[in-house]
Amino acid sequence: MSGLLNVSSSPHVRSKDTTSKIMMYVFIALMPASLFGIYNFGINALIVIAVTVGAAVAAEYLYEKAMHKTCTVGDWSAAVTGLLLALNLPCPYGTENLIRMCLLGILGSAFAIIVVKQLFGGLGQNFMNPALGARCFLLISFTGRMTTFTYDGVTGATPLALLKAGESVNVLDMVIGRIPGTIGETSVIAIVIGAIFLIWMDVIDLRIPGTYIVTFAVFAFIFGQHNLGYVCAELAGGGLMLGAFFMATDYVTSPITKKGQILYGILLGCLTGLFRIFGGSAEGVSYAIIFSNLLVPLIERITIPKAFGKGGEK
Amino acid sequence: MALLTFKGGVHPYDGKDLSKDKPILEILPKGDLVYPLSQHIGAPAAPVVAVGDRVLVNQKIAEAGGFVSAPVYASVSGTVKAIEPRLVSTGSMVNSIIVENDGKYEEAELPKVKPLEELTREEKINMIKNAGIVGMGGAGFPTHVKLSPKEPEKIEYVIVNAAECEPYITADYRRMLENGEKLIAGLKISLSLFPNAKGIIGVEDNKMDCVKHLQELAKGESNIEVMALKTKYPQGAERQLIYATTGRAINSKMLPADAGCIVDNVETVISIYRAVAEGKPLTSRVVTITGQAIAEPRNFLAPLGINFNELIEAAGGYKSEPQKLISGGPMMGFAMYSTDCPVTKTSSALLAFTEDEVSRYAETACINCGRCVSVCPSRIVPSRLADYSQNNVPELFEKWEGLECIECGSCSYVCPAKRPLAQAIRSMKKTVIASKRK
Repeated sequence: MSGLLNVSSSPHVRSKDTTSKIMMYVFIALMPASLFGIYNFGINALIVIAVTVGAAVAAEYLYEKAMHKTCTVGDWSAAVTGLLLALNLPCPYGTENLIRMCLLGILGSAFAIIVVKQLFGGLGQNFMNPALGARCFLLISFTGRMTTFTYDGVTGATPLALLKAGESVNVLDMVIGRIPGTIGETSVIAIVIGAIFLIWMDVIDLRIPGTYIVTFAVFAFIFGQHNLGYVCAELAGGGLMLGAFFMATDYVTSPITKKGQILYGILLGCLTGLFRIFGGSAEGVSYAIIFSNLLVPLIERITIPKAFGKGGEK
Repeated sequence: MALLTFKGGVHPYDGKDLSKDKPILEILPKGDLVYPLSQHIGAPAAPVVAVGDRVLVNQKIAEAGGFVSAPVYASVSGTVKAIEPRLVSTGSMVNSIIVENDGKYEEAELPKVKPLEELTREEKINMIKNAGIVGMGGAGFPTHVKLSPKEPEKIEYVIVNAAECEPYITADYRRMLENGEKLIAGLKISLSLFPNAKGIIGVEDNKMDCVKHLQELAKGESNIEVMALKTKYPQGAERQLIYATTGRAINSKMLPADAGCIVDNVETVISIYRAVAEGKPLTSRVVTITGQAIAEPRNFLAPLGINFNELIEAAGGYKSEPQKLISGGPMMGFAMYSTDCPVTKTSSALLAFTEDEVSRYAETACINCGRCVSVCPSRIVPSRLADYSQNNVPELFEKWEGLECIECGSCSYVCPAKRPLAQAIRSMKKTVIASKRK
């Protein structure tokens, strides 16, 4: 034995999980929804996704280069942010619309990465979900383009908007995803397949999405219409499933305490219900999530867990 | 209600196959023996020999320095060469008695032992105290203190910690298979100190052969139960073991005795048997020498004071260059920068790793994933506590129950950002506890 020995504080073994592996799983889990979006809306959807993801990664790379920070592009988190944003954009028809939507994607990605994430300290420090922050930014700035949904060449209202107007909708089509909407939100089946993968890989659990969806269903039943068909349509419509499984579960912007996660899920369910049923728009998931993101520090403060042997969970 | 497990915990690679089938091999020392005067929690022992004195095997060379302390005995015959600070496996320099081995193993005369039935409670505890027995699982708390709670009749369970949840170590496993009857006899001696106590031996269910063997041996004993516990680290942590076997939960401000429990490690219980039934002081223990860098991993019955290098040599030396050496298990053991240190009462193993997993990964930003919260057996929030430690906010550290941390290291193990969470929490815990003492 000649070489020097490594010395460090215990423990001396580490699991094989890494941040980049987790982020990569999230990216993979978004593939069914992305692929369905491309199948549903055509090649334009693929172009919007590619441009937006590319822009997010480029924004992270350029910002970190300019600021002389360690490059973290390899951890997949920028790619996930870009993909989530793309899945929240409507799919444009026609070349001119496509170019304009791609520009929105680039603007949104830059906003998400630079303003929401990097200016607050980068990975782990952002106070709200970057993709949703950017979506809301685009929604306010470019309302018309962001709420024009074209499907099969016809521009029309989303099922959720029809529902709000008191018209009937086809719940089966909504579950499959053959409806107008943003690129990645339409198919409940595709989203749930991705969610099952994440649960299987131990990346997320049902605490937040479960309480979110159940609370919202109860809220919709009580304050919306007292019939199950309506509740199912509300559950399958809009960004609820994508939001509940992929954005409300964002680690950085959700509470770390178990009780806090349940409280957070309930809050999300109530806010979404409030916005959708009593608000001006048929949608409410994005705003509910970013609003709840802001309350996370407060939620954590009131849900400090009790330790083992002090009345805490055993 | 026994659940046989606890909430949280991790499943690190266990590595026990390397040494589990190697019978305990007795080894005689060649070089000098080093007996640190602090091999236990409490006051250091005080030497009762001087440089130049001849000592015999089983002769007391240092006496307890107080109630919470323990005497030290020689494991060889020879001459006291020096009394000076020497490096121990935890990395600190500890005043030690150095004995030059004459290779004769001349034994000091042991006091006559009375049959067990004739011994009183006080006599038994005194024998344990005089034998220098301390918690040999790693903590080193003097056993006679543990066995002298204020109200002995309130003790309902004497639990043998046979979980051996640390990866790689197989010392207790071999002890149970080879010296099971001594373990049962030692437990019976402990039980005889407490009129209302029931004996429990808690073994992780990756050692079902031990469970079956001990159950067979304890067949006639109505008040001893062998329990197979779920294999999960840290099943052998005192609070978690008590909870798994009895359903009672204690916190940092309580002693096991407050929940009617006494917990002793396998090696400790066997030492109790040797002290009370055979009148022998503590002069040896089983040590596992293993790891990917060791040529022939083995379990040794090592005399206390023997140099680790002699054990490594007896295990065939290194087959490849070690990058990290650990005294104890990989989860809670101490990294060593030199193997030139002695086996002490609390040395359960030496691991030689060809690759240091800690240095393989760089630390990245916390993403708040909550894995540390899920695995924490103390049900606290390691990532927040590490933040409060790194940002030096002791008030919030205490508010978030940082003092309840048992330093098991599960959080650091599982962290995908590879943050040294346990290290940060440990250091703030020390600061907070020290400021309270003032």
